Amino acid sequence: MTRKQRRLVLIGGSIGVLALAVGLVLNALNGSIVFFNSPTDIAEKNVAAGTHVRIGGLVKPGSLERGDNLRVRFEVTDGKSDVAVRYQGIVPDLFREGQGVVAEGKLEPGKILDADTVLAKHDERYMPREVVDALKKTGRWQEGEAK
Amino acid sequence: MIPELGHYALVLALALGLIQSVAPIVGAKTRDPALMRLATSTALMQFVLVALSFGALVTCYVTSDFSVATVFENSHSMMPLIYKFTSVWGNHEGSMLLWVLILSIFGAFVAAFGANLPTTLKAYVLAVQSWIATAFYLFILLTSNPFLRLAQAPLEGRDLNPILQDLGLAIHPPLLYLGYVGFSISFSFAIAALIEGRIDAAWARWVRPWTLMAWMFLTVGIAMGSYWAYYTLGWGGFWFWDPVENASLMPWLAGTALLHSAVVMEKRNALKVWTILLAILTFSLSLIGTFLVRSGVLTSVHSFANDPRRGVFILGILVLFIGGSLSLFAWRASTLKQGGLFAPISREGALVFNNLFLTTACLTVFVGTLYPLALEAFTGAKISVGGPFFNLTFGPLFVALMLAMPFGPLLAWKRGDLLGVAQRLMAAFAVGLIAVAAAFAIKGGVSVLAPFGVGLAFYVMTGAVVDLVERTGLMRMPMTTVRMRAAGLPRSTWGTAVAHFGIAMSMLGIISAGTWGTERIVSLAPTQTLSLSGYDLSFDGIVERTGPNYTAQVAKFTVREGGVTIGVMEPSKRNFSARQTSTNEAALMARGAGQLYLSLGDTNKDGSIAIRLYYKPLVLLIWLGALVMMFGGALSLSDRRLRVGAPKPAAKTALQPAE
Repeated sequence: MTRKQRRLVLIGGSIGVLALAVGLVLNALNGSIVFFNSPTDIAEKNVAAGTHVRIGGLVKPGSLERGDNLRVRFEVTDGKSDVAVRYQGIVPDLFREGQGVVAEGKLEPGKILDADTVLAKHDERYMPREVVDALKKTGRWQEGEAK
Repeated sequence: MIPELGHYALVLALALGLIQSVAPIVGAKTRDPALMRLATSTALMQFVLVALSFGALVTCYVTSDFSVATVFENSHSMMPLIYKFTSVWGNHEGSMLLWVLILSIFGAFVAAFGANLPTTLKAYVLAVQSWIATAFYLFILLTSNPFLRLAQAPLEGRDLNPILQDLGLAIHPPLLYLGYVGFSISFSFAIAALIEGRIDAAWARWVRPWTLMAWMFLTVGIAMGSYWAYYTLGWGGFWFWDPVENASLMPWLAGTALLHSAVVMEKRNALKVWTILLAILTFSLSLIGTFLVRSGVLTSVHSFANDPRRGVFILGILVLFIGGSLSLFAWRASTLKQGGLFAPISREGALVFNNLFLTTACLTVFVGTLYPLALEAFTGAKISVGGPFFNLTFGPLFVALMLAMPFGPLLAWKRGDLLGVAQRLMAAFAVGLIAVAAAFAIKGGVSVLAPFGVGLAFYVMTGAVVDLVERTGLMRMPMTTVRMRAAGLPRSTWGTAVAHFGIAMSMLGIISAGTWGTERIVSLAPTQTLSLSGYDLSFDGIVERTGPNYTAQVAKFTVREGGVTIGVMEPSKRNFSARQTSTNEAALMARGAGQLYLSLGDTNKDGSIAIRLYYKPLVLLIWLGALVMMFGGALSLSDRRLRVGAPKPAAKTALQPAE
């Protein structure tokens, strides 16, 4: 093999692997990303039932109901709209009414979120950024309120 | 007084850093040995000053001097001494000081043990080190000064985030930083080579031990972080594809590629330009990691505070160093002479394959980590890219890498015999297939892919053993010859086999715990019993305990296997009064390489308590594998040829490729 041919093999191989990677990335981006929405987005946008979404906001005070078998039902609010969330499992330690929360799961017909993950803040000074942004949009967030 | 001394020492270090950034380069250009030698003293002095500064900060924390703002924010007088100490780097300011401390340690190492380096190369390397140090001194002094005083000293501190009050955290950041910052040395060597326009096999031999050392620390640092998340976060996950984790994985992937390409450069004098580029990219990824974690772009337990000025400053450093080094590369790379021909099927070819797949895998992680940020910046849409994305992209690339891994060390340099190597790997193929069959037989068809993954892991492990068996002639030669051959094998050969074995161990643990782990999430009342995977846990009740700065509710469980009591598990919830937060302390019980994992949820009104119980088979292999990898790295590092500061054989021979 000449030097030129060897170089061609090398370059061809690199392009092949890169093309493979691009294909994999595009394929994965198509199927596995999750969009973040505020409760108002859910209420106003036409998000199809069955979509996987993440929503963030505050747990609406007075909305938390605990069922048997670790079932919980609560509403996430950004001050303007609310979205009901169903979840079965253990909620995080700092999950409380009036506190920030992010829930991820499948949007059921009737705009109920069947959550498979519920995240709460893990420090009294920390607020999930997605929650801050959702609250900022509805004007419910003052700078310096919490960091 | 002490914080002011620390502050002052840091300012002095900055002054020395400025001198060291310029003087050695002028010295090298004008061939002035005195100016070049100056860098050695300033590098050592910088280390002394930064160490003093760090010592001052440690003193403030240990003596709970709450007049210092960061101490007030992050410490508490009731905290155990060890956490007072570790909270030094449990916050943004202190962790940046640790960053520059480690940077100055590495700089001092090069200064002290680099006597066998050519004088001009050493001068350039130390100057580039000093550019990095100066940028970060400025960053600390201008935006994140840990020594700022409060006008009125409060009586009590606000306590360290309880989730960080943990021994895992005590070791994780320093190890990770040793890795990140360690790559700055290979970066400085690369820049020095570009400035000088000269690079040879000896260069690779000087760079490899530093890269190896950084890689070892990064490996264990990532593993520690993963283990910490596993037992602290309470739901048994060990890797989340969180941007912060990816930030440490990317330099690891690039650094692993760099280790392998430096071998080609050292032995065969080939892949020079590529190795330089990798050295630049690896440290750039470390800087990007620092930026992602420290700038507040991402929210996580790592982003301690969001001060936009800091983000902009680090972004500036990032643009300056990455942009600058890549421009220098584009301008000067053509001056480096190409060398070393090889056929595609050869040891070099295999290492190129390794590099290709590692860097591509690194690229997919990069895209998955930064694409959401870019999308949000440009369109405002917020997305999260999680596990499924990385499993679909990173996964297949890594499988290809593992398939090829045993071939590499068995192929000959320059021109290899693929078929011959395949024949020698027969045993590995056989063991792999048996493992696939066994996994199917034992675990059934829960997952179709997982048994093949197990087979792949066993194939790589056997492949590593085959390599050693072939080289020592075990089973073919008399025992005495084998022993002699084993003793004569270079340590780096042992290192390769051990490290490859280690990555396969980790892979086996990930597949097993991820696929065949079992879990129960239930509410349990006292005296009730719960069964999982052959283990019976009975809930004995809850007791209160008091710790130094918290109160804990401890749930007691007796664990039985086949009716025989094998131990007690005590998961607990700790309430920290200073911050009014609580942490969840999971209880772990090792069963072989598997683990029972028990953590607590909410207590119900009727006295029952929600619990999560997991059984994770072979989960410990994930982290043991990382330790084995590190041990492999240490073996390689102890190779005579690479030992840091090993006396130079003779001026002439040092410049020729080894063997």
